[in-house]
Amino acid sequence: MSPSGAEVLRQIKSRIDEVDPSEVRDRLAHGAVVVDVREAEEWAGGHIPGAVHVPKSMLESRIEGASSDRSVPVVLYCASGNRSAWAARTLLDDLGYQHVESMTGGFTLWKDRGYDVDVPRFMSAEQRDRYSRHILLPEVGIEGQQKLLDAKVLLLGAGGLGSPTALYLAAAGVGTIGIVDDDVVDLSNLQRQVIHNTERVGISKVESAAITINALNPDVNVVQHKLRLDASNIMSILPDYDIVVDGLDNFPTRYLLNDASVRLRIPVVSAAILGFDGQLTVFKPYEGPCYRCLFPEPPPAELAPSCGANGVLGVLPGTMGLLQATEVIKLILDVGNPLIGRLAMYDALSATLTELKVRRDPHCAICSRDPDQITDEELGVFPDYEAFCAGAH
Amino acid sequence: MATIRIPPVLRASVGGERELQADGGNVGEILRTLVEEHPSTESQLFGADGTLNRYVNVYLNDEDVRVLDGLDTAVESSDTLVILPAMAGGAR
Repeated sequence: MSPSGAEVLRQIKSRIDEVDPSEVRDRLAHGAVVVDVREAEEWAGGHIPGAVHVPKSMLESRIEGASSDRSVPVVLYCASGNRSAWAARTLLDDLGYQHVESMTGGFTLWKDRGYDVDVPRFMSAEQRDRYSRHILLPEVGIEGQQKLLDAKVLLLGAGGLGSPTALYLAAAGVGTIGIVDDDVVDLSNLQRQVIHNTERVGISKVESAAITINALNPDVNVVQHKLRLDASNIMSILPDYDIVVDGLDNFPTRYLLNDASVRLRIPVVSAAILGFDGQLTVFKPYEGPCYRCLFPEPPPAELAPSCGANGVLGVLPGTMGLLQATEVIKLILDVGNPLIGRLAMYDALSATLTELKVRRDPHCAICSRDPDQITDEELGVFPDYEAFCAGAH
Repeated sequence: MATIRIPPVLRASVGGERELQADGGNVGEILRTLVEEHPSTESQLFGADGTLNRYVNVYLNDEDVRVLDGLDTAVESSDTLVILPAMAGGAR
């Protein structure tokens, strides 16, 4: 007669290592991977801080996302210590993990002992469905999705670059999207500014963008800033955001933004486009260079191509805007290598992406100093440019 | 001959070319060759004192020549110089 489940479990427990909850924090501190093998609903109700979630039903296919190195110690836990014992046997016997322990008493005993518990904020069934393709990625998961929902991103402009960025950040569930733009939708915008549409010609761009975003994802709170960013308002708007996405069309505001963002230590994901060419980089204050390290001075007005109307291939801001959105999401999730200290140049005609190194300037007028020393008066003032661009706009 | 990549704002000054070849043993010589062949690029690249304008960056392959030896940086024929002027443009 085959042994009962209880008998098999007893046999498994007799030959795997078990660890008391009191020792698990120590294991974590010494580099062990603590894996919660319970179901998603149980994990959502609270779990051990620092643990990763790999439900037992997905153990074989997903454990490598949590720990691919078989020699790293793994501690498994469930609610009472039974499912984790079964899972420990799988890791040891079938998958070749060398140091596997199952926590006795499970999460129930952990809680009874009064140890710390992380309770993830509630995500509705609809949200779990909407973001399921994110949640399946080990680099995002429930926690990453929660970070996206908590994130506050400011888009400067709902134009060529801002349109695709806003659409994809909204779809990704970035919880707060602020949009600064004082313009109205024009028919000539629609060749590339895909967040607007023909019916909305003549209405304000921030309003049009908000309508599209709300229809795409009601989770997103759109903050409409119907204004032009300048020295009088920048310090009242920027502090409410974690990341700024810069698609600015003029130099004075680029310098103003740089100086204010350095002072506030807010990263800026910056892109520029012209014709068939795009540039992209991430300015993360005090970790990498700032815009003034790259270009200490703006070009003279006659050489600044940005002030008047220029041709641009309609898909180019789409490409560059989505690269910006990707960098924003990486910064929020803290994954991968953000484009800090590197500048990517995209040439659409030759289909090439070239990378240049951008270094911090130890003598930079702004970021070589302590942020508290940067005064209101010196925030990005280039009066000649303001006058020139205002005339040509 | 080294390759020079011409940025969009300078293309009108070089007959619309996106890339040019120019002779010279260092960055300064190569840029001077470019200026001789296309005089209207001079004011965009160089200031009155003959130094590179501060709003134009020049890279030898992927490295800013200012962290190398500036205009004296030696250039091999297999190298590429990238001229990168400050660019803004969100295409309103």
